[in-house]
Amino acid sequence: MTRFVLHRVLSLAASLFVASLVVFAVIEVIPGDPAAYMLGLNASPDTVAALRETLGLNQSLPMRYLGWVGGMLTGDLGTSYTYRVPVAELVGDRLAVSLPLAAGALVLSTALALPAGLVAAARRGRAADAAVIGATQLGIAVPNFWFAMLLVLLLAVRGRFFPAGGFPGWSDPVAALRALVLPAVALALPQAAILARVLRSALIETMGQDYIRTARAKGLSRARALLRHALRNAMIPVLTILGMQFSFLLAGAIIIENVFYIPGLGRLIFQAITQRDLIVVESVVMILVFAVIMVTFLTDLAYAAVDPRLRRRA
Amino acid sequence: MRPGLVAGAVLSGLALAAALLSLIWLPYAVSAMAIGQRLQPPSAAHWAGTDHFGRDIAALLMAGARTSLAVALVAVGIGMGLGVPFGLAAAARRGSWLDEVIMRGNDLIFAFPSLVIAILITAVFGPSAVNAIIAIGIFNIPVFARVARAGALSLWTLDYVRAAQVAGKGRARISVEHILPNIANLLIVQGTIQFSLGILAEAGLSYVGLGAQPPTPSWGRMLAEAQTMVTLAPHVALFPGLAIVATVLGLNLLGDGLRDALDPRLRGRVA
Repeated sequence: MTRFVLHRVLSLAASLFVASLVVFAVIEVIPGDPAAYMLGLNASPDTVAALRETLGLNQSLPMRYLGWVGGMLTGDLGTSYTYRVPVAELVGDRLAVSLPLAAGALVLSTALALPAGLVAAARRGRAADAAVIGATQLGIAVPNFWFAMLLVLLLAVRGRFFPAGGFPGWSDPVAALRALVLPAVALALPQAAILARVLRSALIETMGQDYIRTARAKGLSRARALLRHALRNAMIPVLTILGMQFSFLLAGAIIIENVFYIPGLGRLIFQAITQRDLIVVESVVMILVFAVIMVTFLTDLAYAAVDPRLRRRA
Repeated sequence: MRPGLVAGAVLSGLALAAALLSLIWLPYAVSAMAIGQRLQPPSAAHWAGTDHFGRDIAALLMAGARTSLAVALVAVGIGMGLGVPFGLAAAARRGSWLDEVIMRGNDLIFAFPSLVIAILITAVFGPSAVNAIIAIGIFNIPVFARVARAGALSLWTLDYVRAAQVAGKGRARISVEHILPNIANLLIVQGTIQFSLGILAEAGLSYVGLGAQPPTPSWGRMLAEAQTMVTLAPHVALFPGLAIVATVLGLNLLGDGLRDALDPRLRGRVA
């Protein structure tokens, strides 16, 4: 186990290092002069020179890279060019919206997918199974921003149950939660469809195993075998998908946050990209990549702790 | 009879037919504006109604099918064209440094939030259909590399591949002559799935204004333009959305159906 963990930590460090090089290259090297790119075509040479000085662009590339990474490690993400506030502060504010939104969507999608997957697997080949398969096919095919538009039309404009967009801030928790309901539903639907399919397949696969047959032979009912034995073993693929979905939900909410005008992390990146605020883009992309790599790392470790067979794969 | 496969083939075929037909015939020109006819509900003259410029939505949908299918198809081509050789090479040299580099490279691309990077690419290089294709295509590379490697690894242990080795064929030649034809099924199925994901991605990018630019019609941009009018005329948002759903659903059903039909081992197993 120690060797496995060591191997994983080394590969984690290597992944983070290469990822940071890629982000740095895309943002600071490919556009040519980042200062000129940020200021646009009409900027005077003096303004560009001043911004180059502020951003430290007159240093050599390796120095700039080290400065950026060093800053990230000490929590200094630079200062946003358009908002004129520290990026760390911006990210913190936005996470206060995006994290609850992602968590809400995840809870919702699990709450939908778990019973759907269980019923489909238990009633394999029957009407209920067909209904779940049909619904998941549809759920995967629906673009979530279109689903969001339909939700707004039906439940915010016609129904007036929820606000059509915007976010009032956490000072009024009830209003804030109400504002997050429709975005969370729109985000959760496709995720729930994927999760239900994975759970159904995993359960059916597990139900064919010998130990389930043994349990059934010992007199356990099908429902009990499903809930007590199969569900637990089917959780590994399900947890993998959940881990991937959480990081996806943090970054993938870009479009949904734009539909609902929600000031989350996704909207921050989108606005920073369109406003050419490369300082914000660089740090936020790196934070998201860091989150994905960490989630993968932790899932790997968790599996190895649970299932000794997986340790040898290192 | 496989109802899923048939339904998938019909839906995908319809989208393809609409795209091809739009090359030679459209009910109205996509640029034909008629402000007096704006936001008309569906009628005999305009099957899907008109948009806020009085343009015929059916014509825009047909021309939009062309954009969606072309972007997704080329993106799949990029993914297959680069991913499959990487996957084959990794499998042919299993456990070598080459395998390690290719697989770690794959993991790295997977670690980047694809939508963020797609938006970044289109923002740095300018929004256009071509940049959308590149952005979507890059994320198809690791998918095909993985599928090709996994399929090839299981074939490398088989006797006829060993026989070819004993007969003196090189690893590259075996990969092309014996491995590739035998993983073609896997690649076609994965291709259909990536094709449908590409259509969703293109719609998303166009929706936020980073895909095909006006005047090129695009389903995603039609939805973006419909957003402010959806309360006045719901049909402007309904039809482009339905077009996306029908095409993606059709391709997914086609992919699932092909997988079951092409792989006899899967028959009767978990869907």
